[in-house]
Amino acid sequence: MKLVTPETPQTDREALAASPLAIRGLTVSYAEKPAVFSVDATFQPGKMTAIVGPNGAGKSTMLKAALGIVTPLSGRVTAWGNPLDTMRARIAYVPQRASVDWDFPTRVLDVVLMGQYRQLGLLGRVKTRHIQTAINCLERVGMDGFADRQIGQLSGGQQQRVFLARALAQDADLYLLDEPFAGVDAATETAIISVLKSLREQGRTVVAVHHDLSTVADYFDWVFVINTSKVAEGPVAEAFTQANLQEAYGGRLATAQIGVTG
Amino acid sequence: MIWDALTLQLGYNATLVTVGAALLGMAAGATGSFLFLGKRALVSDAISHATLPGVALAFVAMVALGGDGRALPGLLAGSALSAAAGLLCVSALTNRTRLSEDAAIGAVLSVFFGFGIVLLTVIQSMSSGRQAGLESFLLGSTAGMLWQDAMVIAIGGAVVLALVALLRRPMTMVAFDREFAAGAGMNVPRIELAMMGLALAITVVGLKIVGLILIVALLIIPAVAARFWTDRVGHVVILAGLVGGVAGYCGTALSATAPALPTGPIIVLVSFALFALSLVAAPNRGVLAAVLRHRRFQARVHVRQGLLALAQGQPIYEGLTLRLMRRRGLIRPDGVATDQGQAQAAAALRDERRWQALRSDPAHEEAAASYDGLTPLDDILTPDQLTALDEGLRPKEVP
Repeated sequence: MKLVTPETPQTDREALAASPLAIRGLTVSYAEKPAVFSVDATFQPGKMTAIVGPNGAGKSTMLKAALGIVTPLSGRVTAWGNPLDTMRARIAYVPQRASVDWDFPTRVLDVVLMGQYRQLGLLGRVKTRHIQTAINCLERVGMDGFADRQIGQLSGGQQQRVFLARALAQDADLYLLDEPFAGVDAATETAIISVLKSLREQGRTVVAVHHDLSTVADYFDWVFVINTSKVAEGPVAEAFTQANLQEAYGGRLATAQIGVTG
Repeated sequence: MIWDALTLQLGYNATLVTVGAALLGMAAGATGSFLFLGKRALVSDAISHATLPGVALAFVAMVALGGDGRALPGLLAGSALSAAAGLLCVSALTNRTRLSEDAAIGAVLSVFFGFGIVLLTVIQSMSSGRQAGLESFLLGSTAGMLWQDAMVIAIGGAVVLALVALLRRPMTMVAFDREFAAGAGMNVPRIELAMMGLALAITVVGLKIVGLILIVALLIIPAVAARFWTDRVGHVVILAGLVGGVAGYCGTALSATAPALPTGPIIVLVSFALFALSLVAAPNRGVLAAVLRHRRFQARVHVRQGLLALAQGQPIYEGLTLRLMRRRGLIRPDGVATDQGQAQAAAALRDERRWQALRSDPAHEEAAASYDGLTPLDDILTPDQLTALDEGLRPKEVP
């Protein structure tokens, strides 16, 4: 991310300063095949944005590279106009739930407490107020009463809710979620979307990798369409169009698409 | 003799070594917990085997400089350097080639160990003298251990233990969810490096007592044993420290009772005994508990099936079902239902009918998902919900 970039034009600098997460020229490559190629993205403050695209289009990879979880080949990422690393405390990330071992010996409460790592530090004692915050976050995702459960006993939907609760415990201004609705039951989907909408009402920004085209218009107000490189970005009404999706999904569109505007 | 050894009555040096080994075992168990939980257990095997060339080269270097080739600090420094080189090779092979980590570990482990053995053989044929005893680094030995050696081990163990306590939180987060930890701004590679560094320190400090071939057992077995007893990271780490400490203490004491007993294998056998005990006897995750749980579950299934058969007037053929129902006083020895049996059979049938109604009603989709043929519906629905279900059942029963 230390690539030398030409002087940023004034208008773009204003856009960068306003955006909770702005990506410029991001390329990520596994071996010698770019998974994400030269992507620019400017996520809008206080909006809910869906990142959509076919399988293998680089949706998750773009998010991980923006956060520095995988190392990009080139590109620059800013948060509210500043280098991302200086803004970590205001950003919460919810990984795919399949990325961890759910037989890990820990309780639901301990996972949520991980979200307060910054407050706790290396040796800080877990105090009543930390536990209270964690329990409040569990309540918000409808998991009160599960605090003492071993995480291995949770269903897939409950695991996803615990991950969301951990992110809520970070009390961030920008929430980045990787496939939060993948493989969860209908009740969990409803619970998660209502939490995300409440975050937006508080003026926070939500960006989610999303695979279900039929719910994009209901859940989100902005959309970012990607297939290795950027296809479109904008309000759902303008960017979530038949033409853009056709470009991103190609022949796979017929099976992927139900209920797209325009 | 064994009692004397366990109660630390074999003299000052033996006592110091035993206490040192206990500290080392505690540190090894606690450190190993994080390797085990982060699924990096095998890396420690590569680290330990990679120490051998360092030991041999340090010996040669010290002899060449005119010193005593067997000075422990020098040998440990050499082993640490070559173990670090081995670790770098594993991570370079994993990150920069398409080799998976286990393949890289296998390659590095065998090449370093083979090189070390060749060097040892060459040293044996040198005429520098005093080279005897280097091979004790393979399997560990307390024979001829000096006071300073024991202090190095005890202090090393204590320092590692303190560092584990300091880094427990980030190491737990990285072991559970690397991506979240990285997203939260933690320096994941540096934390993993620290974890490996601690394993390396344990290996180097434990070389003299446990030996490089078996140190991996002292890192991993205590954690695996501890995992049987608890579902919480903190408890796994503490229990693993205890298991490791007991193994180090008892193993060293036992091996001090006879001059030719290698220390490493005995420590490993003690920790294996604790592992075997955990495997069999631990509640929940232990084998015994699993067998009992299975038996109880099987009995529930058989009784439920038997009750449903009774209620519907079907014959019961299965021996186990009949035995279980007789023992519970649900049927008489000749197979006829008792009053209690009839009552329970009717209740089971009513429960099953309610379940059928519930599962055909889309409004109860979520509750219907918990159907397993065994759970009584009373556990899941509130009384008013049950009454509503029964309302729906009535017309069907009176056609």
